[in-house]
Amino acid sequence: MNTPLRRVGLVMLAMVVLLLGNTTYIQLVDADDYRSDARNQRVLYEEYARQRGRIITADEQIIANVKATDDRLRFQRTYANGPMYAPVTGFYSVRYGATGLERAEDEILNGSDDRLFVRRLSDLVTGRDPRGGNIVLTVDSRVQKAAYDAMTRNQFKGAVVAIKPDDGQILAMVSTPSFDPTGLADHDPDVQEKTYNQYRDENNPNKPMLNRAISDNYTPGSTFKLVTAAAALEDGRDKDTQLMASPGIDVLTGDPCDPSDGSTRCMSNYNDNPCGSGQTASLATAIELSCNTAFAQLAGELGVDKLRDQAVRFGIGQTDLTIPLSVVPSCIGPLSDGNCLNIPDRPSLFQSGIGQKDVRVTALENAVVAGTIANDGIRMRPQLVQKILAPDLELISDYHAEEVGDAMSPSSAEALRDMMILSEDHTGGDGKRDDIQVASKTGTAETGADPKNTPPFAWYVAFAPAEDPQVAVAVVVESRDVAATGGKVSAAIGRATMDAALARGN
Amino acid sequence: MSQPGPAGSLAAQGSDTPGSSTPTRRGTELAMLAFAAGLVTGALMLVEANQEQQLTMRLVYYGLAYLVLFAVAHGAVRRWAPYADPLILPCVALLNGIGLVMIYRIDLALTERYGDNWSEAAPKQVLWTAIALVMFIAVLKFLPDHRTLSRYAYMFGLAGLVLLALPGMLPSSLSEVNGAKIWLRLGIFSIQPGEFAKILLMVFFAAFLVSKRDLFTVAGRRILGVDLPRARDMGPILFAWGICVAIMVFEKDLGTALLFFGVVLALLYVATERFIWVGVGLVLFVGGCLLAYQLFGHVQGRVESWLDPFGNYEGGGYQLAQALFGFGTGGMFGTGLGSGRPEMLLLQANSDFITAAIGEELGFIGLAALLLVYMLLAMRGMRSAVAVRDSFGKLLGGGLSFTLVMQIFLVVGGVTTLIPLTGITAPFLSAGGSSLLANYVLIALLLRISDAARRPQTGAKPKPVQQAPIAEAHTVMVERPS
Repeated sequence: MNTPLRRVGLVMLAMVVLLLGNTTYIQLVDADDYRSDARNQRVLYEEYARQRGRIITADEQIIANVKATDDRLRFQRTYANGPMYAPVTGFYSVRYGATGLERAEDEILNGSDDRLFVRRLSDLVTGRDPRGGNIVLTVDSRVQKAAYDAMTRNQFKGAVVAIKPDDGQILAMVSTPSFDPTGLADHDPDVQEKTYNQYRDENNPNKPMLNRAISDNYTPGSTFKLVTAAAALEDGRDKDTQLMASPGIDVLTGDPCDPSDGSTRCMSNYNDNPCGSGQTASLATAIELSCNTAFAQLAGELGVDKLRDQAVRFGIGQTDLTIPLSVVPSCIGPLSDGNCLNIPDRPSLFQSGIGQKDVRVTALENAVVAGTIANDGIRMRPQLVQKILAPDLELISDYHAEEVGDAMSPSSAEALRDMMILSEDHTGGDGKRDDIQVASKTGTAETGADPKNTPPFAWYVAFAPAEDPQVAVAVVVESRDVAATGGKVSAAIGRATMDAALARGN
Repeated sequence: MSQPGPAGSLAAQGSDTPGSSTPTRRGTELAMLAFAAGLVTGALMLVEANQEQQLTMRLVYYGLAYLVLFAVAHGAVRRWAPYADPLILPCVALLNGIGLVMIYRIDLALTERYGDNWSEAAPKQVLWTAIALVMFIAVLKFLPDHRTLSRYAYMFGLAGLVLLALPGMLPSSLSEVNGAKIWLRLGIFSIQPGEFAKILLMVFFAAFLVSKRDLFTVAGRRILGVDLPRARDMGPILFAWGICVAIMVFEKDLGTALLFFGVVLALLYVATERFIWVGVGLVLFVGGCLLAYQLFGHVQGRVESWLDPFGNYEGGGYQLAQALFGFGTGGMFGTGLGSGRPEMLLLQANSDFITAAIGEELGFIGLAALLLVYMLLAMRGMRSAVAVRDSFGKLLGGGLSFTLVMQIFLVVGGVTTLIPLTGITAPFLSAGGSSLLANYVLIALLLRISDAARRPQTGAKPKPVQQAPIAEAHTVMVERPS
């Protein structure tokens, strides 16, 4: 009987070898597929259990930290001034994933970035738990707070962006109403769900999780006249170029018309006023008084190509901008074939020249326009992250200012700045200071199907001090009042933000 | 250990080695047991470190308690089976110990997931281990010679059948858990009589085949160069096949049916040395599979989940998919004991899927090592079967060893999607008292057989064979002179 016993022994051997072979295949060959399967929550849990890095403002305020917990996830994300910084930090939730910088810089924050590899190895050897790296923002808490407080004091819905014109660092990025990411980081799934349901767009008409500074774009209204004016200056015109002063312009022919006729083809100035007191108006006067007719005419004269070219040089139409949060593109025309830089017909061109029709701009983009004018026409890439630090606070990567092109010549920029100073002097609103000269442009963008009876978007874009710009700002408010204007509503917020930026010193 | 001396020297000194130069190798066994205890304590330490972030003196007590438990078992072997193979008990101790650590570790995970709805399995398993060791010692003490078993073969066979059939006959309220009717629920605790029936029936088959083996070696008709067995000799194999089909139909227990049939085939082959029985068995097996697939929804579900666990992710494939995720995440070295996510395997994490949890936390290396321990264990058993002198011992030893490998093949093959999941427990690892008891009895029998195999043949028994008186002499066939 020994021969068959030995053969059965061989069969047993073969069975175990078969198991070993199959296990090899699963655990070594196919392992990566299983490990990275979206339904495999193990990797996710492991990541959540790591001590996540901090997010710190430029003036060293810790706005996102961790606290140790006694459950399996071990560390819970905490946020200081959650709603104020939520548009920057985003949230970090076991159940709902991550947004904002928590998502864009996730690899640094969770420690899996290649630049942290050597430290991970040493952690492995020394037996210390791996930790994530830290992010230092360009955002300054004083500027952010000034902007946030100014918006929330009036319960405004909108966004404020402040940047440094000479290097593109974002000093403040505010979106209101905001949300508190703290509840989403809670380890209790029920708390997460409750918080999420409270904030999600479907349940909350205020859309607190929408980042109005970069994830939504608004009709810019008259603030877009800066782009049109820049195109005109680059095309050889100057501040004395004479433009028509009639109170209305026919959007089909470009001829003067009388808005009191009630013709829908007649596009008028604010309050149906003529542009100044003369037969014609200079470009400077048209900016100062924000004349729609003059800029519609100007757009018509420049044509689609020149207007588009100037818009693109300011960064409009860029679809892949990341700061490192991704920014939705700003547009001058309807979206088609993945771009929105086509103005289809002449009536649209007239309206686009004054920032209406299909022109849509993010608050960040408008801050970049102001910053570019302030920076002698050189456009800087806007950025939110100043430094990346290792868990032990050693510097891993530092800020590099990045030039992304000349939007206009320095002389054109200077001319435009002078016109913006006139505009600021003509603009009302609170917060004006005698000691600092501001250059600005307001905008009151018509919205909706019945613009005369719909509250407009109130804009204010500016930089200061005009002769040596340290900060550029863009404010947009989705106003609640039909009579609201950029000057009445937004200017004070922009000035308060700039004051904070100038007061912080450098 | 024994004094080295010339072969056949009389009156050796040690009490361990009465009258022989054959070493008992009990010292080796003790050393290996201590090694296993060290490994198990280390494993427990890792779990504590990873889960609780601290180490306490409790660890030392647990380690000592474990060592004491198996030292008692070792003492019993020393006393009643001194020549038994020295590796079998340490292998079992290691598997059982790793199983306990894993069950404790999974308790922590499942308590976190289910809260108070999860009742801890580790304390029960420790209790069952103690009971199983008592049974183990009882078998060694009260069964000095395994051949005694063959005398009661038919009684065992009948008892085995009754135990096997009992849950199927009883109302579901007394016998059904999670869809399988294989339980006897006796108030506070439940047992699976099938686990014991397995051994009883194996004893019966081994004894039956030894006594009737000549019948099965008679060839029937020869067709296409193959000697077919006679139709009337097909009885036993058809009988076994019928039992298996009945288990599937009435108890919905694929695993036991497969295991039982596989072991009967192996026994039949060893007893008759004729491969044709395996052929016949495989034909019956394939037929049974096709029939089961056609008739039973639960079999179809298992096959579908096996072919595409991710396609049935929301349904029957969920646990398998999680097992695969765990294996993948564990990779080569594993996540480390206590750092995996066995709670993803749901309530079966510590029974049917315990090897998946081990594969995740100890990685391919850990799982491979575990499989090799099983193989070592079974191969030592097989070696004893080859070495033992009586046919019944050979057959029983071979069958018991094969059972061990067959079980682990069904378990690990199931969770690694080599074969459809059959819902069987890993011997000594999985939580479950019946399986533990039955497998300890199995090991006691193997030790008994290996003791018989290595026991030196001295003393009175094998006296030189005297010429039997003519009246008692065997009948001798003589060829008729032509």
